[in-house]
Amino acid sequence: MKSEITKVTNHISHNESLIFERSRPGRVGYRLPALDVDETPIDVIVPREFQRDDDLDGLPEVSEVDVIRHFIRMSQWNYSIDLGMYPLGSCTMKYNSRLNERVARIAGFANLHPLAEEQDAQGALQVIYELQQHLAEITGLPGISLQPAAGAHGEMTGVMIIRAYIDARDGADASASRRTMLIPDSAHGTNPASAHLSGFSVKTIRSTSEGLTDLDHLRELCAHGEVAGLMLTNPNTLGLFERNIREICRIVHEAGGLVYMDGANMNALVGVARPGDMGVDIIHLNLHKTFSTPHGGGGPGCGPCCCTKELEPFLPVPRVIQVASANDDSTGDSRLQTPDSFGLDFDYPQSIGRVKAFLGNYGMMLRALAYTQTHGYDGMREATEAAVLNARYIAHGLTSDYDKPFASPPMHEVVFTDKRQSRKGVHTLDIAKRLIDYGFHPMTIYFPLIVSGAMLIEPTESVGHQELDQFIEAMRSIAREAIENPELVLNAPHSTRIGRLDEAAAARKPVLRWKPTQAASARGIEVT
Amino acid sequence: MLRQIGLSSPEELFDSIPEDLRLHGRLNTPVALSEIELLSGFEQMAGRNAAAYRSSFLGGGAYSHYVPTIVDHIISRSEFFTAYTPYQPEISQGTLQTIFEFQTLVCQLTGMEVANASMYDGSTALAEAVLMAERVTKRSKVIACGAVHPEYLEVVNTYVQHAGIDLQHVEFNSQTGQTSAAVNEALDDQTAALVVQSPNFFGCIEDVAALAEQAHAAGALLIVAITEAISLGLLRSPGSSGADIVVAEGQSFGVPLSFGGPYLGLFATREKYARQIPGRLVGEAYDKEGRRGFVLTLATREQHIRREKATSNICTNEGLIALAATVYLETMGRRGIQEVATQCAQKTAYTAQRISQLEGFSIPFTAPRFNEFVVRAPIDARELLSALAKENNINGGLALSRYFSDRPNDVLVCVTETNSRAEIDALVDSLAVSSNHKDTKTPS
Repeated sequence: MKSEITKVTNHISHNESLIFERSRPGRVGYRLPALDVDETPIDVIVPREFQRDDDLDGLPEVSEVDVIRHFIRMSQWNYSIDLGMYPLGSCTMKYNSRLNERVARIAGFANLHPLAEEQDAQGALQVIYELQQHLAEITGLPGISLQPAAGAHGEMTGVMIIRAYIDARDGADASASRRTMLIPDSAHGTNPASAHLSGFSVKTIRSTSEGLTDLDHLRELCAHGEVAGLMLTNPNTLGLFERNIREICRIVHEAGGLVYMDGANMNALVGVARPGDMGVDIIHLNLHKTFSTPHGGGGPGCGPCCCTKELEPFLPVPRVIQVASANDDSTGDSRLQTPDSFGLDFDYPQSIGRVKAFLGNYGMMLRALAYTQTHGYDGMREATEAAVLNARYIAHGLTSDYDKPFASPPMHEVVFTDKRQSRKGVHTLDIAKRLIDYGFHPMTIYFPLIVSGAMLIEPTESVGHQELDQFIEAMRSIAREAIENPELVLNAPHSTRIGRLDEAAAARKPVLRWKPTQAASARGIEVT
Repeated sequence: MLRQIGLSSPEELFDSIPEDLRLHGRLNTPVALSEIELLSGFEQMAGRNAAAYRSSFLGGGAYSHYVPTIVDHIISRSEFFTAYTPYQPEISQGTLQTIFEFQTLVCQLTGMEVANASMYDGSTALAEAVLMAERVTKRSKVIACGAVHPEYLEVVNTYVQHAGIDLQHVEFNSQTGQTSAAVNEALDDQTAALVVQSPNFFGCIEDVAALAEQAHAAGALLIVAITEAISLGLLRSPGSSGADIVVAEGQSFGVPLSFGGPYLGLFATREKYARQIPGRLVGEAYDKEGRRGFVLTLATREQHIRREKATSNICTNEGLIALAATVYLETMGRRGIQEVATQCAQKTAYTAQRISQLEGFSIPFTAPRFNEFVVRAPIDARELLSALAKENNINGGLALSRYFSDRPNDVLVCVTETNSRAEIDALVDSLAVSSNHKDTKTPS
């Protein structure tokens, strides 16, 4: 009997086609109410020559069930934080609370139009204002705008503010000779790209063998006199705190420049130290890193910019301000007060201008405010401690098997290299791919660029002791495999739906969209 | 764990931070709240957003459309919303294939050949388009029509202020509401691009084909911006009208209003410019067994490789919102997009026709429209709208004086498939009553 039962296996259509290949003429997955107004001939409303003439040919025609199965099947091909540890260094993949998602979906926020009159959007403005207050406190920098849509956007905003400040301080002529932005060789690629957008040329500062900014090189570059500023990540992308930060700021300030801090690693500092107390002039934060708003497979983000009082007049407009405080006798709990009132202020003539339509990625602000409220001041510090402790634990656990190029104990992330494994021809990419077979998402690889074969590991606070041990054991096991059976590692992953894809061929002859003519060949490939 | 790594207190974790730089004492932020307390606090704040609970005719770059229930369900799946940028294709095919479908849908709708994986929103996509036009043409002058969304123009202005681009504005024609003939005089052999929006900020449909011809005659690119992407269901695609770069706000495709974001920048262009496009691109790739998959591709344009020579500084984009738009477009499908667009146009025509019959009201622009139009009221627009909100619980539209001080009585009205006939009739009746009511106060 048993042999006659067809065993349930993974469904064949786990090779899910593109939706366009599923499309069948006449299928629909929606229903609208019937048109309830008197109909006008469409040619009277829109002249024929302005109307589409392709009948939207090519757009899919599918049912609701088709769509659901299509996306649920595809979802099974993704790794996600909810599945397990996602130790991408510098990307900070921490747990995304469901409560924050619920908050963002409350009708009074989700259905609010951005051009609603201020008096009809008081609650929404209050959210922005409260988050501004929290972020100003956390960074120690009082000027703030939540308008930038992501970290790189916040960087661009910050660098433009530096440019505007120097233009105003020195006058256009003197400012024109100050067009150099200093950026360490370990920085994120977005830093030089953002500096370029603001009309700066980039000079690169070397790192020392310890993995910190080379002060002598910084002094040498600052001696040239044309320095507008420095863009510094702290802790830097090697996971090390720039302990000379105060001296670094002093050198740059004495040379007439300003210090921009890339706040991508702010999750190592919240509740422990504040950039404003270190001499930093301006910083961006990534709400989708430090404040746990979801990455969503590549966004949306939100990149608030926080700055000193001196730079505040240059922030983007409009600013969200408190117009009147109905009850100044604050108990610290805003819910007990009679409502304050909030408004938009456009009156900043020195502002760099608007960097985005409306007020920014508001839904992310709601989630971040919910994060600060659920954690409280002590919970936020605890998260920082746990994030650093977890990284330290990994640093400790992997040192015997992997090359750790910098001796200092790391903060929230730690960098290793493939130096030992590469002798057997096993490189960082192979180690990363093999890690997939062990059920983990790989770490950040080949970044920072100054470390050959870099593996940047950031566990975040969202993993426990047991999972850290499993990760360490997986990495050690791969190190053993690299010696005993390098082929196994070189051909990894073995457990995924598809193997390593030929990225070079994809870039040589890019196919960036589906076309009906491809359908036949694609189907041919599926059956092989 | 502390002991295992040789430490005795959490404070020692921060030994690398000089003592005098550490925060002594606590952050001055509130104490932790429970879920019950937190939700009640947010509900209370949400309750102070009166505009969110009214029947609404507000548009101007953000639109109320019907969103099928499955959109929010799918974007709430852990596998999508708690994933990162798909750097490891073997375990990110769900995200990658979705983006490939998204790119295809954007190409189909805009009539273009290549689309990227998204930009922050329509306004920043437009700014990036202007920067790209400068790179492609190596010319430095950009002409923008005055009927482009004022906030988009502000954003472009911010982006290009240090890029050596001379941004000039051409007034719109005050009779038709479309780009004026003066544009032809402004175009010259230094012009990198002509920027138009269609339907434009006033809801007027531009003659994109004619503008493309004029731009191309001067050797310039035509950049078309769209704030109401649903219009693509009915209107001729910018691609088939000759546009070189098309940017759009994709919020209409299944994305809640959410007080202005997160939204979705669409960016599409011609194949020959693919290597100049900003942002991420997903392309088809094969593994050793010949199985089809998708990867991030043409990365040599991007900041993590090219650094200051990158085509843009963008890294994080609007991935999850692009997923929402993809689910929306696939669920509504070919016929749904057409039907939504047609209903918008029909309901708008009905509304405009009824308002134009009201005493004292007129419709100043003559150009054909899609789902927005300007109404000139007999009284101050802000007073009128405020009365509508208070007395009838209606967001009647946008007072144009917010952006144009010389248009105190003009209201931008937007009608979509979500506005029932009853709502429209209530708007029309309230407009009549509110304006009459004010009229009686002024001695005749």
